[in-house]
Amino acid sequence: MTASLTHPRPAACPACNAAPAAEALAAKPVDARLMLSLPGIHCAGCISGVERALEGVAGVRAARVNLTLKRAAVEAGPEITAGDLVAVLERAGYEAHELDPGVLAATEADKGARDLLMRLAVAGFAMMNVMLLSVAVWSGAEGVTRDLMHWVSAAIVLPAIVFTGQPFYVNAWSALRAGRLNMDVPITLAILLAVATSLYETIMSGEHAYFDAAIALTFFLLAGRYLDYRTRATARSAAQELAALEVPRAIRLRDGVEETVGIADLAPGDVVLVRPGGRIPVDGTVTQGKSEIDRALMTGESLPAYAGPGSAVSAGEVNLTGPLRVEVTAAGKDSSLHRIADLVAIAESGRSRYTSLADQAAKLYAPGVHIMAALAAVGWYLYTFDLRISLNIAAAVLIITCPCALGLAVPAVTTAASGRLFRKGMLIKDGTAMERLAEVDTVVFDKTGTLTLGIPQPVGLEGLSDAQARVALALAQGSSHPLAQALAAGLAGREAEALDGLREVPGYGVEAMWNATPVRLGRAAWVGAEAPDVTATFLQIGDAEPVALTFTDSLRPGAREALDGLKRAGLRVMLISGDTRGAVRRFADEIGIEEVLAEALPAEKAARIAALSEDGAKVLMVGDGLNDTAALAAAHVSISPASALDAARVASDMVLLGKDLSPIADAFDTAVKARKRIRENFSIATVYNIVAVPFAVAGFATPLAAALAMSASSITVSLNALRLK
Amino acid sequence: MDILVILIPVSLFLGALGLVGFFWLLRKGQFDDPDGDANRILRDDYDDHPKQ
Repeated sequence: MTASLTHPRPAACPACNAAPAAEALAAKPVDARLMLSLPGIHCAGCISGVERALEGVAGVRAARVNLTLKRAAVEAGPEITAGDLVAVLERAGYEAHELDPGVLAATEADKGARDLLMRLAVAGFAMMNVMLLSVAVWSGAEGVTRDLMHWVSAAIVLPAIVFTGQPFYVNAWSALRAGRLNMDVPITLAILLAVATSLYETIMSGEHAYFDAAIALTFFLLAGRYLDYRTRATARSAAQELAALEVPRAIRLRDGVEETVGIADLAPGDVVLVRPGGRIPVDGTVTQGKSEIDRALMTGESLPAYAGPGSAVSAGEVNLTGPLRVEVTAAGKDSSLHRIADLVAIAESGRSRYTSLADQAAKLYAPGVHIMAALAAVGWYLYTFDLRISLNIAAAVLIITCPCALGLAVPAVTTAASGRLFRKGMLIKDGTAMERLAEVDTVVFDKTGTLTLGIPQPVGLEGLSDAQARVALALAQGSSHPLAQALAAGLAGREAEALDGLREVPGYGVEAMWNATPVRLGRAAWVGAEAPDVTATFLQIGDAEPVALTFTDSLRPGAREALDGLKRAGLRVMLISGDTRGAVRRFADEIGIEEVLAEALPAEKAARIAALSEDGAKVLMVGDGLNDTAALAAAHVSISPASALDAARVASDMVLLGKDLSPIADAFDTAVKARKRIRENFSIATVYNIVAVPFAVAGFATPLAAALAMSASSITVSLNALRLK
Repeated sequence: MDILVILIPVSLFLGALGLVGFFWLLRKGQFDDPDGDANRILRDDYDDHPKQ
């Protein structure tokens, strides 16, 4: 596995790891195994529908849906791209997103989970047998029978505990070597001490052996560890999968010959060709061609901008209408894309390190337990001068206080909560994201692409005369510009006029002749009209006054529900956008957000978030663009929609799987509930300890009491966590 | 209590059998897509390509 597939957060700049990514791509087998995320599927019908749709595509050899993970694996020839399949599925009515084929890395994570599950199974097997054997001892077996039971238990437990406890021993050892204490240190100590004293007692035909408790402890802790691991593995693989390796490539023109090269190979002075619809790979100056460029993802502007010879363009912008030749001024590390990555790095380093609830608990807990056990041992030694009794007491104290319930308290809740959110269409990438989300008191939204879909919709078409509408439709059908296509879709159903000599003037619009009258559809300046502050295109028929056709960006489904839900929860909601003041203001009024910051540059967005945090606010940032990445990284916790650029998705803690925004309000709700459950679980575990510890210290703890206390607290804690479902 | 000499090994053997069975299922990928398997059986069309 190359380093690129496990790339951590610096991938905010897709260009930076172009080279290793290209290597990874080259190493990929020809038989492409594509992965698609299918957030909407939920039933048997969906499985059949998706598989049938995929297998109907020529070139697809096999498709298999995994309903649990809501994804499909497709085996197809190299000519099939994930984009084709996504389009096929959308037509069939299923929302689909491309996943990184580097899910191979996820199988790696699966191995870890499988390994833990194996240990868990062995521990469970050993525990059940030993518990059954112990029943005889608890019910009063004596003499040789008790010794026999103890010896058989020892024979089962010793190999089992060596094998199953390994994750704890390894962790404890590395913590001790670094001079720290973590949860695993008291666990390891308790297991080792319990097994050692029990073995000694067995040899001496003593009364109390804690083999059953030791293995039960390992079992419950492994269960917690397994849940925890699964949550984090999903988080890790989500980060990798969704960070679809968009290998940035460019078409370089050298002596009139086109060649496709990686971004890393470009140098300032090279000329690259950017076709309409393509993303501009570098920073540069346009040398030839006229077009319009969409800066929405870079700056948040919803209005396409004109680009002609001499215009400066930057990496990440999308070329809309005409081919452009761009002379490279900065590529790779120097490009504006990379500057944004730097901003992200700075924002991240400024983010205060979050200590999870589990770590806080462990910090209090680990030293407390050791001190208590040591005090009990010393006290009993001074009282009886019998090392055997005092060690037995110490082992009992360690076993009874051992953080069985504590080890389960957090993982059980996060697993239940993230499972619930996953069903609602939200993936949690970071282990502590849920706890951080629960603390949020301010929510900052980006506008273009986040609250809106970034797809324009024409408004006020009823105001057009029939002739105007028919001419507009005919003109709009002749262009692939997003506004023209939106207009054509809006006027669908009308009849188009027959036009002659229709041609697209890149950068300006389309023009044609209609019954010997010139007609034009395009930019304000081109038809001689005043440019308004809203997204608009102009229709001019002959010499008549140009008619403005305005567009509004359609609201993302669920946006209103999400906003209402967050406001009901008493959160402060803000809108920060890079779009023009008028557009942002009007949108904010429409959707009911009072605090607005418009025309914000990427650095300003991050600075605003940082300022809010400094004032003590815990900010949730929801954004999708490159211009949001620094702000996403700076916020206390962040969410991005699935349609966001990979850089934004990498920078955020949670990712929405579908188009719908409404899970955000649910997520906040769930996070608050989850935090409450975690706290309750800690309280339950503490109460058990407070009740049981005096017995252990006083020397009344029997193996039966230890087994009961441990199982009861673990089961209560797990049940409490399940209430979250 | 002589019966224990037989009963304990027998119970251990049965338990171990279950454990081995679980490992086998795990290796076969029976736990990879529980929801999908639960739903697939309800489909009308015959599954021509069962997962290998």
